[in-house]
Parts: sequence; C-alpha cells; structure tokens
Amino acid sequence: MRFRHHESGDAKIDLQMTPMIDIVFQLLVFFVMSFKIVAQEGDFNVRMPLAMRREGPVQEDVTPPMRLRLRADQQGNLAGIVLNERPFESLQELHYYIIGSVAGEDPAAREDVEVELDCDYDLNYENVIQAITAVSGYVDDATGEVVKLVEKIKFTPPAEAPAD
Amino acid sequence: MRFRAKSNDGILEGDLTPMIDLTFLLIAFFMVLINFSQTEADQRIMLPQSTLARPPDRPVEYPITIQLTARGSVIYGGQELAGMRQLRPYLVNERAILDGRDQPLSTATIIIRADRHAKAGVVQKLIELCQQERFVNFSLRAKEEIGP
Repeated sequence: MRFRHHESGDAKIDLQMTPMIDIVFQLLVFFVMSFKIVAQEGDFNVRMPLAMRREGPVQEDVTPPMRLRLRADQQGNLAGIVLNERPFESLQELHYYIIGSVAGEDPAAREDVEVELDCDYDLNYENVIQAITAVSGYVDDATGEVVKLVEKIKFTPPAEAPAD
Repeated sequence: MRFRAKSNDGILEGDLTPMIDLTFLLIAFFMVLINFSQTEADQRIMLPQSTLARPPDRPVEYPITIQLTARGSVIYGGQELAGMRQLRPYLVNERAILDGRDQPLSTATIIIRADRHAKAGVVQKLIELCQQERFVNFSLRAKEEIGP
C-alpha cells in the first residue's frame, strides 16, 4: 500500500453547506405552516345549581338575585333592558349603574350579589355576552386589570320556543 | 489601477452566512411560539367578543366542550349532531367516566362555545339539557376584544 503523503500547508476542509440549508428550510416551512394564530378565549362562569332540592328553611340573609330582563325584537337585536323593574336605555347605562351600586360595597357583600338573566328566546347570543360583560366587571384603564363587579350569574329556566 | 483578470469558472459563490443566521432565528421564533395542544376550537363558530374575556387563572379540571352554531346545531367532539337530544348519550358517557374515577360531577365544567348569532333560547336549552344530566358548572366562552 502506498499512502500518499498530504503535506499541503493549508489543510482547508470544505464544508458542504447546501444540504444543511435545505434541511433548515424544510424545518422552517414546517413551523410556518403549522403556526396558527388564534385569538385568546376567555370564559364567563355560570353556576346553575340543581334548584329542585329544598334544604331546610329559606335563608333570610342571602340577598335575592337581581333580575335582568333582556327583550329582543324580531331580528334578535336587543330591544329592552330592565333590571329589577328599572329600565335602561343601553348596556353602558346598565354598566354604570352596576358600578355605582356594587362598587361601593365591601368585597364580602359583593360576592353575594347575583344577577339572574331572563332573555327572550330569539335574542342574539352576542347581546347576552355583552350584558354579562356589562354586569361582570370592567377593565381598569390605569392598570389593565379586570375589576370584578357581579361574580354570580345564572339564567332563568328557558321559555318555550315560539311556535313558528 | 490594475484589474486582475478573474478566472471565469462560472460559479458564483456569495456568502450565505447571514441568511443562515436569519433562518435559524426564524426557526427559533416559531419553535418557541408553536402550540401543539389540541384545543377544541371549531372554525365554524364565531365567538362573541368581550373585553373581559381572559383565559382562566387555573386550567379547568374536567372540561367538556360543546359548540353551538348560529343555526342552532350542536357540534361535539368535532362532529355536528343532528339534534340537541343526540348530545345526551355523550353526556351520560362523560358522567360514567367521572363516576368511574370517583369524581363528583361538580369537578366537570361544561364549556359552551356558541356562535355570536346563536339564539339565547337555544343556549339556555343546551344548559337545561346538561342540567338534566346533573352537570352544574357551566362556562360561556367569548373571544377577547381588543379595546375600543
């Protein structure tokens, strides 16, 4: 065997970059294709305890829930807002009223406040969420934190669907 | 000035190092951001917007996601059901799983993803159906609204 003697001073190793770049681009395309931009989703908690049981005497110290009646027009848009027999022109007005009445109370009493939603069957669900938003709290402009107002929301038993 | 006659091999070899650097940077960016979790979010549903919609502080213990389209049809587990009553066997199944694990039904939360144009009455009927199957915790899901 004869070994060829490599004695060249500058032993330069040629790295083949092309395959690496190929694989790198493959990876990049994979990540770009599987990247999905989704809007953040949040939840509004609605507790609907089974109301059929009667546990002893009715508790007197529990504040009765505030009844919020949302009426709909033919198209399902919000036509009327009534809270405990008090009408409101807009959800914004309702929002300010809730801030005024609830924000003054101490946090312990605030936790007992409950709103019962009575919606028309045909009302757009969007309006329900906006009403819950108006009642549940607001975003403090300074800190960006959510300030809670009413924490307990429930629905009245649904009415029958209109026969049409 | 003396111009050196370049040997014309025909091979143009630019420096690819900055391009590779940027490519790796992009890969790192997407690797950090990629989310492989299978969140039950059907594209057919346009959620209503709310400024208060924030992701919950604690992950839900036992989520059961039910989607409701604008037409009023229910989608469960990616499948559109023919009627709301067809949801009942699935709910019974979920209840059986919880009973099997000795967990009370109050640990389960029904997450309702209803389209913004769905009818309020239909949502209430859905809640009533789940209540009949003895579920008590419900969550109405909304999309985050980016300010005024």
